[in-house]
Amino acid sequence: MFDYQFFIEVLVGGLLSGVMYSLVAIGFVLIYKTSGVLNFAQGAMLLFAALTFVSLVERGVPFWLGAGVTLVIMVALGVAVERVVLRPLVNQSPMALFMATLGLSYVIEGAAQLLWGTQVHGLDLGIKDIPFEVGGVLISQFDLFAAAIAGTLVTAFALFFRYTRTGLAFRAVADDQFAALAVGLRLSRVWAAVWTAAGVVALVAGLLWGARLGVQFSLSLVVLKALPVLVLGGFDSVAGAIVGGLLIGAIEKLAEVYVGPLLGGGIEAWAAYVVALAFLLLRPSGLFGQKLVERV
Amino acid sequence: MTTPIRSAAVRWFTPNRFGLAVLLITAYAVIPFAGSDYLLDAVLTPFLALALAALGLNLLTGYAGQVSLGSAAYLAVGAYAAYNFNLRLPGLPFLASLVAAGFVAAAVGIVFGLPSLRLRGFYLAVSTLAAQFFVQWALTKFGWFSNNNPSGVIDAPPLAVAGLSFSGAVGRYVFSLTVVVVATLLGTRLLRSQVGRNFMALRDHEVAAKVIGVPLLRTKLLAFGVSSFLIGVAGVLWAFAYLRTVEPAGFNLDRSFQILFMIIIGGLASIRGAFLGAAFIVVFPLLLSRFGAALLGNVFDSGVLEMSQRIVIGALIIGLLIAEPCGLIALVDRVADKIRRRVFPPQSRPIHN
Amino acid sequence: MSLIATAPGNSLIVARARERATVHSNVAGGTPRAAGAVRVDAGAPVLTLQSISLSFGGVTALDGIDLAVAKGEIRAIIGPNGAGKSSLLNVVSGLYRPGRGVVQLGSERFRHVPTARLAAVGVARTFQNLALFKGLSVLDNVMMGLVHCRRAGFVRQILSTPQARREEAKARAAAEEAITFLHLGAVKHQLAGGLPYGILKRVELARALVARPRLLLLDEPLAGVTLGEKRDLAAHVRNARDAYDTTIVLIEHDIGVVMGLSDRIAVLDYGRKIADGSPDEVRSDQAVIDAYLGVAHEGETELVI
Repeated sequence: MFDYQFFIEVLVGGLLSGVMYSLVAIGFVLIYKTSGVLNFAQGAMLLFAALTFVSLVERGVPFWLGAGVTLVIMVALGVAVERVVLRPLVNQSPMALFMATLGLSYVIEGAAQLLWGTQVHGLDLGIKDIPFEVGGVLISQFDLFAAAIAGTLVTAFALFFRYTRTGLAFRAVADDQFAALAVGLRLSRVWAAVWTAAGVVALVAGLLWGARLGVQFSLSLVVLKALPVLVLGGFDSVAGAIVGGLLIGAIEKLAEVYVGPLLGGGIEAWAAYVVALAFLLLRPSGLFGQKLVERV
Repeated sequence: MTTPIRSAAVRWFTPNRFGLAVLLITAYAVIPFAGSDYLLDAVLTPFLALALAALGLNLLTGYAGQVSLGSAAYLAVGAYAAYNFNLRLPGLPFLASLVAAGFVAAAVGIVFGLPSLRLRGFYLAVSTLAAQFFVQWALTKFGWFSNNNPSGVIDAPPLAVAGLSFSGAVGRYVFSLTVVVVATLLGTRLLRSQVGRNFMALRDHEVAAKVIGVPLLRTKLLAFGVSSFLIGVAGVLWAFAYLRTVEPAGFNLDRSFQILFMIIIGGLASIRGAFLGAAFIVVFPLLLSRFGAALLGNVFDSGVLEMSQRIVIGALIIGLLIAEPCGLIALVDRVADKIRRRVFPPQSRPIHN
Repeated sequence: MSLIATAPGNSLIVARARERATVHSNVAGGTPRAAGAVRVDAGAPVLTLQSISLSFGGVTALDGIDLAVAKGEIRAIIGPNGAGKSSLLNVVSGLYRPGRGVVQLGSERFRHVPTARLAAVGVARTFQNLALFKGLSVLDNVMMGLVHCRRAGFVRQILSTPQARREEAKARAAAEEAITFLHLGAVKHQLAGGLPYGILKRVELARALVARPRLLLLDEPLAGVTLGEKRDLAAHVRNARDAYDTTIVLIEHDIGVVMGLSDRIAVLDYGRKIADGSPDEVRSDQAVIDAYLGVAHEGETELVI
């Protein structure tokens, strides 16, 4: 007899953790849309943000001040990355840029741990992870909280990009970099804004993931969870990142529970990749990615 | 052809080949006698294994233009396949195990290369991570691969080929050297053939390659196959000649990135670049730890060493991509050219070039 | 008949300037192709398009195009920007799949031309914005043009078996010939990546020619080069047709050069064929004049070129 209640419980748990994947994925999409770079350093930025915040709080800095200072540092980091790494590489191939962000992730990871040490830090956001019951289904309170935060952030970004001048410039650059340049938009300013936004995402995601896993080096590996989400949703689609995150989260958990035992368990490590790949073979530009007509 | 034999011989004996000959003579006739066990064991043998892996990845990424982030998976497949051939087919000569392990790695590489037929760019790069995670998972999960060791650890038997033992530091070095020399020779020949041109055509302009009749499917899968064959053989060296005890966790994503970094640092689409990059990645941490310890004393512990190593390598990659996208080998070539011009001014340079 | 020596010392390169005649002899080796080899333009066409239509989303790029290209002719396809010229070439080379219509290449009819078999069918093409292999030398680029004839597998190539060596030597010889023909000898060992645009245009032509295609598609062969280079390239295209005994379909924006170079010209506008005929006919065609100048003219206006 199929246990529907258990199925729904797993599904909801998967969807909620999927929101966390979406959150990381959105950081990628923001940068990819405007500069065509798959920013592998997103995970390192997340680690850096969480580590900085925790270390400040551990040294007696109040919570909100710590968050503020970390945010400022992240913005500075974003601007510096734009200045030092991206601008000199502006005419290089996307792959070269990707490799540069790979190097960047090494620099940031190394610097974060050199600065703050390699030990594991606990992070308490004041949310107790006690499951509660809705209609016979157990739901994690922390997951719900995280999902709410992520949802708020995504909505805020959506509004920002729709209704502000910077948002308009962002969309223009995302649409056509050269046309945007031609009408006098300053790319560097848009890029700085985007890296700032990515820094904010990194901070929020870092705190949420850090509270879940502990703040440590492996936090930067969260990026590996976001990659299949991007592949599934398309690198250039915010909607794709959200839907893809939910799908991957749900599929991953369901696969682990229902398929995992047949294969000896632990398939979470690659199930998402296989699902994303299988999907891509059917639809090479992902769920919401743009399909481009090849011009020759 | 009616070229006199003497001039043909002179033409064959170019400065590059002379340099190569000197290198090989040193590697075979000097180093085994003059090198310490530390130099052989901790520097040269891992260098050779990693250089072969870098060469394999360079074939795929540098020459054929298909980025792979899962190289360590093929190292692991090679190592574990050779272990199992050796264990389960007792009569099989070790060289046969080595080649068979390469073929197993090639087969796995071709399977994970299948997405390349539909995917390009970042989508493909991400999909190659599937190999990384899947292989590591399978080797840990299924005891059969490691002869039921609970954590997947395998112990390589002593190296012996045709009754000759290669189990000492010198033996393992000479064995690795020979394998690498032969594999490099074959790789070079492949790249200079039509297949090599097809690889580069695929990399430089896929549509044009298709229009003029490059068989894309076969070329891509061949690139994945040959590349993972070489990396698989490198994995055998890594497990049997260098570490001798390996576990799946040793073939993690960091290892994959390490191999990728070797070719970016050394030079994409350059065989010499792969060797230079591997040398850098092997030697640099050793130098850094010596200098760090001398400069900072006890503060420079292994944690600090690892972190500063990450920073320097990351920064170096960014710097090279900005200043010299062709890698250190381009830098070396330029310097060498300058020196040659100074030593042999253009007019008095030997005519055979 | 006049003889133009484009590069002395090679009989093949001594191309016979073709007058606008229907009789044509094979110049390679200087002997006629076969006894009484008279080629009549009205014979079996090398390329036939039957009511080709293509649209992207809702935008119609090509609308019911018919075209027949006779053996040995140089056929230009001209038209204003966005007329569908490149789309047409991409349909013929199989990069686009037409919504409707049939492409006939020689005796083979296709709903969708298989791009991977294009070279084997005897069609070669160049690209509007150059599609060379930057990391290969000029010689290697040109040798790539023969890749579809290579039979030796990679193991044979590594082991350098007699078959592999023979193929390699043959390809090299053909490439050297094409390189000499297009005066590229001085740069043949240089990487394509670093050469100037005008030279690269010729390299791409050499890569297309080396396979001796039955049909050669040239996408704006004269675009983006200086006036002098333009004249040279036009001469090369004409000589190529004669020396390599091929049929050429070219797209061009520059009507001036096209008039002197082509045997016949088809004019596209908004995805439709509005004229098709000899340069003189097209020159005085009212619809063509209107399409190019954007206004309706009365009387005897001739297109100024």
